[in-house]
Amino acid sequence: MADAFLANGKRPEPARQAWRWMRANLFGGVFSSIATLLAVYLIARAGWALADWAVIHAVWSAPDGRACIAASGGKGACWAFLGYWARFILFGRYPYAEQWRPLVVVVLFVALLLASCARRLLGWRIAVLWLAGIAINLVLMAGGVAGLEPVGTDRWSGLPLTLILAIVGLALAFPLAIVLALARRSSMPAVRALAVAYIELVRGVPLITVLFMASVMLPLFLPAGVTVNNLLRAQLGFVLFYAAYLAEVVRGGLQAIPKGQEEAADALGLGFGRKMALVILPQALKIAIPPLVNVLIAGFKDTTLVTIIGLFDLMSTAANAITDPRWRGFYPEAYAFVAVIYFAFCFFMSRYSQALERSLAGGRR
Amino acid sequence: MRAFSPGDPRLRAALAQIAVAASVVALAAYLVHNALVNLAREGITSGFGYLYHQASFAIGESLIAYTPADSYGRALLVGLCNTLFVASLGVVLATVLGTAIGIARLARNWLVRQAALVYVEALRNVPLLLQLIVWWDLLRVSAPPLRQAWQPLPDVFVSVRGIVFPVPVYAPVYRWMGLALVVALIAGWAMLRWGRQRRVSAAIAAALVAGLPLAVFVAGGAPLAWNRPVLHFFNFVGGASLSPEFAALLFGLTVYTAAFIAEIVRSGIEGVSRGQTEAALALGLNPAQTLRLVVLPQALRIIVPPMLNEYLALTKNSSLAIAIGYPELMSITNTTLNQTGQAVEAIALMMAIYLAISLVTSLSMNWFNRRVTRVGP
Repeated sequence: MADAFLANGKRPEPARQAWRWMRANLFGGVFSSIATLLAVYLIARAGWALADWAVIHAVWSAPDGRACIAASGGKGACWAFLGYWARFILFGRYPYAEQWRPLVVVVLFVALLLASCARRLLGWRIAVLWLAGIAINLVLMAGGVAGLEPVGTDRWSGLPLTLILAIVGLALAFPLAIVLALARRSSMPAVRALAVAYIELVRGVPLITVLFMASVMLPLFLPAGVTVNNLLRAQLGFVLFYAAYLAEVVRGGLQAIPKGQEEAADALGLGFGRKMALVILPQALKIAIPPLVNVLIAGFKDTTLVTIIGLFDLMSTAANAITDPRWRGFYPEAYAFVAVIYFAFCFFMSRYSQALERSLAGGRR
Repeated sequence: MRAFSPGDPRLRAALAQIAVAASVVALAAYLVHNALVNLAREGITSGFGYLYHQASFAIGESLIAYTPADSYGRALLVGLCNTLFVASLGVVLATVLGTAIGIARLARNWLVRQAALVYVEALRNVPLLLQLIVWWDLLRVSAPPLRQAWQPLPDVFVSVRGIVFPVPVYAPVYRWMGLALVVALIAGWAMLRWGRQRRVSAAIAAALVAGLPLAVFVAGGAPLAWNRPVLHFFNFVGGASLSPEFAALLFGLTVYTAAFIAEIVRSGIEGVSRGQTEAALALGLNPAQTLRLVVLPQALRIIVPPMLNEYLALTKNSSLAIAIGYPELMSITNTTLNQTGQAVEAIALMMAIYLAISLVTSLSMNWFNRRVTRVGP
């Protein structure tokens, strides 16, 4: 900081320094001063109301909802609700005795997310780790091997279901997206036209219509006798939808690669496959990582839409918990709980993407 | 033209394209065949004839006349109008709010800057569906009962039944005021377009737009009767009302999209390099001129394309209203396909409508974009 030292080279006293900072940043003029006072007033009021509800009048343990409301006088949060229902909201209808399995699944996914931040692992290593992690998690959820009790996908619910929909969905959409992006840049008009039509069609409609199509229309398009379970249908809709969005991100990465790279690969005599796999895609995908993470965040938030087609994801379990007769209507507590979980994942990923963007931009300079 | 040889890349390309096209057609044919077999087995006649059949379901709110005796086609039109209505209001409100927050993100005041940052991070990192349901529950469950309705402003009542507010009593002069406004806008635009002195024409145009409707209003005897809502037994009588569903949907879409728009506006303004401002000031332009002539034209060039995406996203997100029961395109389609079983037609029609909205918005915004970002005057 340039103004941390006075002209004579001495450090100003802390109180004076604070005053100077406030003069510069809070009371820089009439408007700024009014804005500061107004903001302080509003923040204090909102903060007080929140603290009053969430802490001061809150009830931390009670046998049921009625007792909870009686204890708080209706003025505070009833966190006792979460004491009873947090586990259901997190793991839903998964068999109670087996709920260590979805717990391990969640922990493993979180560990993989954290591991992805290690720059040393970026590249094919992290892809292999993710694929292995996804495979282990799906086996853990489904069971039926190594003495694990089999659990049908209709019982998969809560946070693990949300994570599986988002992560498996985007992992499957990714290869499809690369094919679509390459097809859109292809020199063959028929291939290009098909890719453009698909991408623009999907991007022009809301996700919920695609999920509806997958859940209502898909059974019609399959031969008689073939049924696909609900989860797989939603997952398919998700993959088809997000492939179009990811394709546009990949295309953005491809466009940023200088023409010379391609010409050099051609000059070396590499065929199309090797040129893409060894020269173009590694560079294009590296540039595309920050926007890819943004699509991942959007996809994670959009998993909530499967509630509408009847899957039992994190939001759905919360909505279900508040219909229990003994605990009816504690929606602020339930939704605050799931909102914090969604926020934690999305905020973490967006910070990661921003940091990566900065360091990649630094690398190019 | 020389003949193709077996190793010719053009021949290979042609063959590859034929193979791709053929496999897509084959897949489509297979799916359609399955669908026809399945529909025949379930005894469903395909086709859009159902659109003319009587819908027999009530719709809570509608901008156009509708009764359950009307057809499914009419019901779909009601849904489309509701979608367009909530989306266009949402776009305007989100733009205003988002721009204000985006500018607040760049304020010199530290507290204002931090408050804007907290708003953006909190709103865009929580799923929209969750937010919509929370707003809806707030209005439906936690709002005060009818008799103790909350009054944030005189004659505005918020209760579990929604929001009721006063509206002016219609007088014939209002129609003439509307006409006067249109005339004033056209005249003002013409002044700005062909006027010699920008400053003078701008002043005249502003005076016209504000003054002409006002003059008509005064000339018409200034009728200013308000239709105020009054609690009468079990409901409010008079005024206009917003259902909890509509209010929650509009509010939710607005505050969510505003968070994204704020980031677009911020990065747009930040994207204009500092040297541009310094150069403009060095040339002797004052700060207002610098903003209007140098920074904004360049910032708009960065802002407009992603802003278009947000508008389209808002329109598409309005389909989440199905979760809270506002009767827009998606909910009406859902009711229709549950009643008629015409899943393929109903969903295809809905997707075609959304696609058409997207394409029309895209094309018109691209036209606008070319105008604001063109080089030169």
